[in-house]
Amino acid sequence: MSSGIPAPPTCNVELAERVLVGFLKSETQRIGMGKAVLGMSGGIDSALVLELAVRALGADNVFAIALPYRESNPLSLELARQGADKANCQFSVIDISPLADAYFEQHPELNEGDNSEARLRRGNVFSRLRMTALYDQSAAINGLVFGTSNKTELLLGYGTQYGDMASAINPIGDLYKAQVVALSKHLEVPSAIVDRPPSADLWHGQTDEEELGFSYDAVDALLHALVEQRLSNDELLALGFEQDFIELIRARVQRSQYKRRPPLIAKVTGRTINLDYRYARDWGT
Amino acid sequence: MNCRLAICQINPKLGVVADNLQDHHLWLDRCIEQKADLALFPELSLTGYILRDLTSEIALTLDSTEISELVARSTDISFAFGFVEHSRDHRFYNSTVFAEDGVIKHVHRKVHLPDYGIFEEGRYFAPGNNFTTFESKHGRFGILICEDAWHLSSGWLHFLQGADAILIPVASPSRGIENSDMHLASQQSWHELCAAQAKFLQTWVVRCNRIGYEDGVLFDGESAINSPMGGVVASAHQSEEELLIYQLNSDALKRARVETPLLRDAQANLVRRQLAIISNDPDLDNLLNDE
Repeated sequence: MSSGIPAPPTCNVELAERVLVGFLKSETQRIGMGKAVLGMSGGIDSALVLELAVRALGADNVFAIALPYRESNPLSLELARQGADKANCQFSVIDISPLADAYFEQHPELNEGDNSEARLRRGNVFSRLRMTALYDQSAAINGLVFGTSNKTELLLGYGTQYGDMASAINPIGDLYKAQVVALSKHLEVPSAIVDRPPSADLWHGQTDEEELGFSYDAVDALLHALVEQRLSNDELLALGFEQDFIELIRARVQRSQYKRRPPLIAKVTGRTINLDYRYARDWGT
Repeated sequence: MNCRLAICQINPKLGVVADNLQDHHLWLDRCIEQKADLALFPELSLTGYILRDLTSEIALTLDSTEISELVARSTDISFAFGFVEHSRDHRFYNSTVFAEDGVIKHVHRKVHLPDYGIFEEGRYFAPGNNFTTFESKHGRFGILICEDAWHLSSGWLHFLQGADAILIPVASPSRGIENSDMHLASQQSWHELCAAQAKFLQTWVVRCNRIGYEDGVLFDGESAINSPMGGVVASAHQSEEELLIYQLNSDALKRARVETPLLRDAQANLVRRQLAIISNDPDLDNLLNDE
């Protein structure tokens, strides 16, 4: 990246806190629920959602769950625990190793560790097993699964559909990564979590920025210019973004659009769900 | 005018008209207890905002039992509320009814129906076709529903018709988190808009916004009253239900219009001729001959 590109988007943290805590409270209580479950990865996104959740529902009503695989970085579990301790909420650990290994035994091609396709498939399996456990735990407490995907990763498609992208409600899906960081500092997420290089912990030593091939600050600035400001290619170049980077990100955003939408339904009637049968989800509340 | 005005900053349930009606009756009880002359509810106060296909399903005719029973309360207090109006010819309007002395005194059908960004009103509602000021026993009023107020011509028409106060029922989806002050960016725009309209139309501007969330969208309250000098004289909190009461009077109107006689100098006929030229009005020659 050339130097001099715009700074990533900012965030009025007090304002964001009020809006997001109010959102969690309203969208939970209006359907007669008061409890939440969320998966704690040891990263900043889930630690932030946890802080928002305890402010909205009270610490007693928030259940933070770490779901490690036996090869996961032990630091992730340790930081997940730290985040939950700081938020003073209930914390438990569900080891997904037996579940994942039982599946991998039936599909040995997934055990070839250096094969990138196998690595990706294994990562998706972990993510969807975690989703399965979280949804089951939410049913056990009559609560909702709170989502932890931020806007940057949603736009990039950097997540597993029906895995970590699955949730009932998501308070941070409209915040760019830089805004997540700013709000996390404001809500006093432990600095060991805030300062840790973001990682999906899909394999040993992985970091998001290395895997993606660009920094969050750079992509936040570009996405903000593309999505919020609707800038043209020429305007982006004039701001200092490189053409290759612009094209790479545009393509990623477009290619992953399917992940951000419900499945397509073949239209045969006059009122197809979500196309021309259109109701808000909060209908009746 | 001399009017003890009550803003009812409420949180309607989405698509549950029966519950919202009951709520309106309770709020009117509170307004009467507080000896208010006039109560203002937000846009679509009987229905909630993100209606989509519910629009036609929860619509009511002006002579329906529900509306008639609510309007009957206006023997005790004048009030304005919002709902989906089902017209005789089966069009659906985003309407605000002004009720007084047990009858419907005025109906404003929203003219400017936004369908950009998150808005879908143009898809579901038919547009109203006028901005008509009306006389109430508490003063002369004009109604602008939310987006109507963003078109400066709307308020200007009420100004020319001698409105003492412009009532603005609102359901404004809040957005814009990057502001350095404590308002979402869209709310900041409302503050600026109402201050400017009050100051340069020299009327009371009464904005009643709703609160609550619908599908993740926040309606952030901050209902307010701007005096004819432009400044905010009363305002409600963000995100909380609130009954806000303030006394409107003629003295402030007079003071503003003596200090700067904008209404006297408005030159409506000049604007009329210019509009005719701009819009290629077929009566243009007649208008120019009038000069």
